[in-house]
Amino acid sequence: MYDTGKIIAGLVIFAGLVTLPFWYNSGKAAAKPEPSLDTPVIQQMKDKHCIESKQYMIDNHMQMLNEWRNEFVRGDMTMYINSKGQYYTMSLEDTCLHCHSNEKQFCDKCHTYVDIKPYCWDCHVKPKEEVASGQR
Amino acid sequence: MKLLFSFITVLLLVIIAYAGIRYASLYYVFGVIIPYAAVGIFITGFVYRVLKWAGSPVPFRIPTTCGQEKSLPWIKQNKLDNPSSTLGVIGRMSLEILFFRSLLRNTKTELREGPSLAYGSDKWLWLAGLAFHWSFLIILIRHLRLFTEPVPYLITLLNNLDAFLQIGVPPLYITDVVLLASVSYLFIRRVLIPQFRYISLISDYFPLFLILGIGISGILMRYFFRVNLISVKELVMGLVSFNPQVSADIGSIFYIHIMLIATLFAYFPFSKLMHMGGVFLSPTRNLANNNRMIRHINPWNYPVKVHTYEEYEDEFRDKMKAVDIPVEKE
Repeated sequence: MYDTGKIIAGLVIFAGLVTLPFWYNSGKAAAKPEPSLDTPVIQQMKDKHCIESKQYMIDNHMQMLNEWRNEFVRGDMTMYINSKGQYYTMSLEDTCLHCHSNEKQFCDKCHTYVDIKPYCWDCHVKPKEEVASGQR
Repeated sequence: MKLLFSFITVLLLVIIAYAGIRYASLYYVFGVIIPYAAVGIFITGFVYRVLKWAGSPVPFRIPTTCGQEKSLPWIKQNKLDNPSSTLGVIGRMSLEILFFRSLLRNTKTELREGPSLAYGSDKWLWLAGLAFHWSFLIILIRHLRLFTEPVPYLITLLNNLDAFLQIGVPPLYITDVVLLASVSYLFIRRVLIPQFRYISLISDYFPLFLILGIGISGILMRYFFRVNLISVKELVMGLVSFNPQVSADIGSIFYIHIMLIATLFAYFPFSKLMHMGGVFLSPTRNLANNNRMIRHINPWNYPVKVHTYEEYEDEFRDKMKAVDIPVEKE
């Protein structure tokens, strides 16, 4: 073999870069994010439900919020009719955050885990963190 | 024919992954075994290939004079095109690897009326190649957000920059568009220009279709048939911490994406894609042109048995003197 030093150094750098995720995470168990539903408003609800089914909200909340924004700001709809025929105001602050007032324990849990930075707070006022009574 | 064969092979891979997940529920095979095997083949194959290359001697410096070599002090040397020092070589290599400098010299020839042969500059290949490689690199680095916990700040920054236009939900990545556009251009160029189609082989079409398939499946997965990203990250984090856990709530489009990437990784060391390692070992780029300053001895020269005149004279001096032949040493 010729230029042994350079070749080996190059291959070590290559192998190091390719296996980077393996040693970056070694010894750390990444916990699955568990968004918390523990807020005063949700606690008081007898029948705990969101405006649509849980699975639908997990899959589609981002699209829904985007549509709401467009409808409310640029369109002429201000009310959302869900699959059961119930009416809700299209509002992040008054509808979503009314129950989910714990942004850090709810929204951010998953968003931070997969490195998503929604730009809600570019326009909206960030809610004051209200931790469920009895905690803190 | 070659085109069709490559296309059908990629299509088969997609069908295998889809059927394997949809009808046979082979989550462990497609989510764990195939990715691990592909990374294993990739690393060992890559190292083997480079070591094999390192076994070939490079006896002479190949200057490929695109510029004036180092000469008399009053002749201006082209230090980047024809370097004589290590620093110059690093400059030439960086420009080659980061900006594909030699592709910038690409020319096209045309036979015109007359008949006369015309040469012109052709920068489209360089531009599309550069756009493709850079967006592929950014996409690769961007994916590290699924491979790291906590996600390093630089990766977050890159993600946000890439989604800078804030079009739609989830936001459109600029590199997704650039990658698809440039790969499509590179493919169309190969098919439409008769000379290129004539020299194109299966090993040219197959990687193109594979990369196109990876891009399209990724885009479909992000913007159309969306999958549960939390489960995806859990699976990936399980893989990189050697504690794989499969879950059934990820759509089959994800496994198609993984299958195509695993094929690319496993195919990599056997294909022309090895130019990723090879570009660092190209003798016309990585050797300083110092042929006139340093003597380079051919490494495979074996010791030749020679009989010099001095030895000859030593052997026959007495006899030469006896018949009055002049000798150099008395």
